[in-house]
Amino acid sequence: MFDPQILIAGVLNGLLAGGIYVLVAVGLTLIYGVLHIINFAHGSLLMLAMYAVFFLWRLSGIDPYLALPIVVAGSFVFGYLLYRGLIGRLSHGRDENILLLTLGVSIVIDNAALLFFGGDTQTVEVPYAGDAIEIGAAFLPIPKLISFGAALLICLVLGLFMARTDTGKAIRAVARERQGARLAGIDVEKIFAISYGIGIACLGAAACLLMPTFYVTPQSGYAFVLVAFTTVVLGGMGSFVGAAIGGFLIGVTESLGGLLLGEQLGQIGISLIFILILLFKPTGLFGSKA
Amino acid sequence: MAPQRCCVLEVGSLRAGYGAIEILRGVDLTVGAGEIVALLGSNGAGKSTLNNNISGLYRPFGGTIRFDGTDIAGVASTRIVEAGLIQVPEGRRVFPNLSVRDNLELGSYRRGKPKRAQNLERVATLFPRLRERWMQPAGTLSGGEQQMLAIGRGLMGEPRLLILDEPSLGLSPLLVEEMFTLIGRLNTDGLALLLVEQNVVQSLAIAHRAYVLENGRIALSGKASELAQNPELRKSYLGH
Ligand SMILES: Nc1ncnc2c1ncn2[C@@H]1O[C@H](COP(=O)(O)OP(=O)(O)O)[C@@H](O)[C@H]1O
Ligand SMILES: [Mg+2]
Repeated sequence: MFDPQILIAGVLNGLLAGGIYVLVAVGLTLIYGVLHIINFAHGSLLMLAMYAVFFLWRLSGIDPYLALPIVVAGSFVFGYLLYRGLIGRLSHGRDENILLLTLGVSIVIDNAALLFFGGDTQTVEVPYAGDAIEIGAAFLPIPKLISFGAALLICLVLGLFMARTDTGKAIRAVARERQGARLAGIDVEKIFAISYGIGIACLGAAACLLMPTFYVTPQSGYAFVLVAFTTVVLGGMGSFVGAAIGGFLIGVTESLGGLLLGEQLGQIGISLIFILILLFKPTGLFGSKA
Repeated sequence: MAPQRCCVLEVGSLRAGYGAIEILRGVDLTVGAGEIVALLGSNGAGKSTLNNNISGLYRPFGGTIRFDGTDIAGVASTRIVEAGLIQVPEGRRVFPNLSVRDNLELGSYRRGKPKRAQNLERVATLFPRLRERWMQPAGTLSGGEQQMLAIGRGLMGEPRLLILDEPSLGLSPLLVEEMFTLIGRLNTDGLALLLVEQNVVQSLAIAHRAYVLENGRIALSGKASELAQNPELRKSYLGH
């Protein structure tokens, strides 16, 4: 079979790649947990954030990593306003309307991107793109190490925010008990918008961490959103810890799948996990019954 | 001209309901400063509908709701809480995924934040059983404990009027007794209370005045001690 060294290298690389999945999935699961809908615009908004990173680099020469605070803040504001101005306003508080609106938003963004940015593949060129460190047989690219560390740090900060601040607690309260929240004086609609904004801010962070080693086209969001959706189902819909652990598991599955079946087929492992979870534990690893 | 100030809460000709269905068909009700007012009525009479319209969860069809002299009919629930009109809802509606402490802290999300630490201490002293379960998720508490938590959360917002919607619902007789003792104690400290109950005897014993809601209208009202002797009320609600 395989040299254990190669297996270890595969696991490490999978964990590193999983950091991005974690960020995308945490955003999706947060929005699901609070709004009780799948955000169909997730992939399109990730793609938009990736273009933002690309243009910041192309037009102003800003390094993707240095762009992180700007893109995260901008993504939050964009998500907040998108919810406040459009999704929340037009949905009249009905979950199925919110769902359809996110789908509509995604179609508009995808086609606008095609119209304005064209279908060409765009990349950011940074001098450190190919840098790596070697640990035994493992060859660990520096950008992936950075994205892994940054993803962990962002999850930690987000976790602390949710656990410690009034706004974080209000988000968790609204997720489970909207009427109780209203009677405590919480502005539920505003909490919806903030949660949506945070979910999109996670995409902004993912975009900055992706761009040094990835490319962007108007279709770039799809691949990630499929993975993120699997991650969220794997971890348990709405579960934070589940999304984090699920993201790393998916990364490792993809990496080992690639080793065993070849690069092209690595993603089959992900679909396999998705089907197995749905068959045997539809609530996911960390999901609650309801 | 200064606004007329008869009471903390003044509801006039209130009509409300859901969609095309009118549940409340002209309700008049007042709560004076420092008063306990009981609102009685059978299941489905519209008591919770009244509370939720007062609290701004729904927009009334017509009529007035004055709190401290200001019209609050149709005003957002956030502003109503901010003004100090706080409801402890039927079914408790605590945050099951949050700890007891976090539930209480969110009671001062909109109002009473400057004195949060002090009020937390006060609630913990009032409900020692909550202190024992301080870091436990509220969803794991018993029904009685959740009711205490819901009341505690309401108190954290430093209410000027507290609406309690069926606080004794689903509690054991011993806990019901305890609940009414507590309500009396809150009122001794000067808090105005609108007490919605199906527990007629105990509510009339503790309240200053009472209203009976029937078919979307106030069917009976008056001093609690007099209503307790009312033959009609005794017949419909006590069966003798
Ligand atoms: N959200 C709602 N939508 C439609 N009808 C409702 C709703 N809530 C209550 N009702 C109806 O309004 C009437 C009064 O209910 P409610 O105010 O809860 O009564 P009570 O609190 O006195 O038991 C009932 O017929 C009930 O079915
Ligand atoms: Mg009721």
